[in-house]
Amino acid sequence: MSKAGMLKIGVPSKGRLMLDTFEWFGARGLVMRQTGAEREYSGVVQGIEGVELVLLSAAEVPRELAAGRIHLGVTGSDLVRDKLADWSSQVTELATLGFGHADLIVAVPACWIDVDTIDDLDAVAAAFRRSNGFRMRIATKYHRLVREFMTENGVADYQLVDSQGATEGTVKNLTAEVVADITSSGETLRANHLKILSDGLIHQSQATLYAARTADWSQIAAATTALSQKLRLRIDTTAH
Amino acid sequence: MTDKSIIRAEAEALFAAFQATGAVPVDADILLPAETLLDLYGEDIRARAYVTSDPLNGELMLRPDFTVPVVQAHMAHGADPARYCYMGEVFRKQDHLGARAREYLQVGYEIFDRAAPEAADAEVFALFAHVLRPLGLRAATGDIGILLAAVRGLNTTEGRKAALQRHIWRPKRFRALLDRFSGRAPLTDARAKLLDHLASDTPANLINAAGTVTGLRSAGDIADRARAMIDDASAAPIAAPEAAMLYDLLSLEAPADAALAHLRGITPLLPAIAPAVDRFATRLDALRARGVVTADLAFEASHGRTSLEYYDGFVFSFHGPDPLPPVASGGRYDALTAVLGQGQSIPAVGGVIRPGLVAKLKGAKHV
Repeated sequence: MSKAGMLKIGVPSKGRLMLDTFEWFGARGLVMRQTGAEREYSGVVQGIEGVELVLLSAAEVPRELAAGRIHLGVTGSDLVRDKLADWSSQVTELATLGFGHADLIVAVPACWIDVDTIDDLDAVAAAFRRSNGFRMRIATKYHRLVREFMTENGVADYQLVDSQGATEGTVKNLTAEVVADITSSGETLRANHLKILSDGLIHQSQATLYAARTADWSQIAAATTALSQKLRLRIDTTAH
Repeated sequence: MTDKSIIRAEAEALFAAFQATGAVPVDADILLPAETLLDLYGEDIRARAYVTSDPLNGELMLRPDFTVPVVQAHMAHGADPARYCYMGEVFRKQDHLGARAREYLQVGYEIFDRAAPEAADAEVFALFAHVLRPLGLRAATGDIGILLAAVRGLNTTEGRKAALQRHIWRPKRFRALLDRFSGRAPLTDARAKLLDHLASDTPANLINAAGTVTGLRSAGDIADRARAMIDDASAAPIAAPEAAMLYDLLSLEAPADAALAHLRGITPLLPAIAPAVDRFATRLDALRARGVVTADLAFEASHGRTSLEYYDGFVFSFHGPDPLPPVASGGRYDALTAVLGQGQSIPAVGGVIRPGLVAKLKGAKHV
């Protein structure tokens, strides 16, 4: 049960990301662990007073931070930048944690021998629209990051189509011509006959600790100071 | 009165002034089909407009501006020529915290007229200058038609001209393309390697060697572009004097009469701009005939290129003190009517005023 006057830390609720996060805090004297059954989303923090662990999906951490329902949160920097408008006005980046690395990239069919850069992609988009009568489709779930990247690079005549999973398969299934997705090794891309554009790196993501600017920090000064000392981090919580 | 009712009263007064010229009032829908706007403006419009969904009609957008509905209304049942005015809310999604308005009133005026485009340009500008005169705003003008004419007249391949023309409204990419086509940007190693690879065998063999062919883009289209890239690599760069004139044109900023004299001076070196420069001169005459002092009127050849509106001729805006957004803006959008008209097209020029900013400036004056 949630208690008032507690400093709440949101942490991914499963898998490698949760274990690595526990380890990162553990190395700094904060022991986090799941309580109850393995699949039960509740946990405790030991080694500090007044701090509550909130286990939740990594994808929900940005929203919870923005709403100020948690004070601190660990999630991928890709999720924060994609899900939060003007992210740096809503959260502060306190520390990159050195795990959960993944690159958000743009990939095209390997048989596109004429395409190596974003510049080529833009030229192909113009020709594609002329010969097919609709805008070239880029499948992604990272709508904000991809759109901002394309605008910044002056790409026209494309459209984003939503793909929440198995994005690499959209090209073969003829529901997209291009994909913008997270990759770590590039293996899935190669297996689906896709190649990464040489300047197609949109964002290098890793697990990051954030502080919520809009959360109420007034009742938890002691816990904030204690945590700040343990983590050896200055916790800047001032809103812009 | 509340702020909202002060602004509405301001809007009503502007609307009445526009109607007094004989313009026909138009009522436009607020919910617009998203597909039309996306096809016209591209994905960038999603960052600017609120998207909502209808269970039967799919994606709809809250009206981000009046251009599309007014042009469509004209194409469906408009007189020729026609003058329209309108008043209503527009909705703009804001991706940054701050005071920028998410919904505000616009009052607009549009002329659809084939006979004398420059006279219509002057008529719209002079009308706006007249109704905004009490505010003491700074006017800025431009003419994208001159830039378009310069690009169309370049001594280079059709492919390069088409690429430049497509990116007139994206200055950064336009500049990168021009740097490449004029030889100012060196060929990168990666590009040289790619070109070597493309020249090493037939496109069909190279495509086969690249692995399984996947996706909707055909092997024929891939081969076509591969050949076009090799051709482009062997095409001569845009000659230095011609490129220099274009760079000069992009950065031209001067009072309108002085800008005309400068353009007359460079026309022998860029003969293709002659008709566009003549139209500019005709417009300045028409503006003077309406009492506009063109010797002081600010002119920038690149004005209006970064807006999403796809203006392709005369452009103008009226500015209050920084950091206020423009109080009014507008321009000519002939090509856009061709896209929306599906075969039909009509020369069109118009603009909008934000009564909220008018009220704000008037309020500030009374303090």
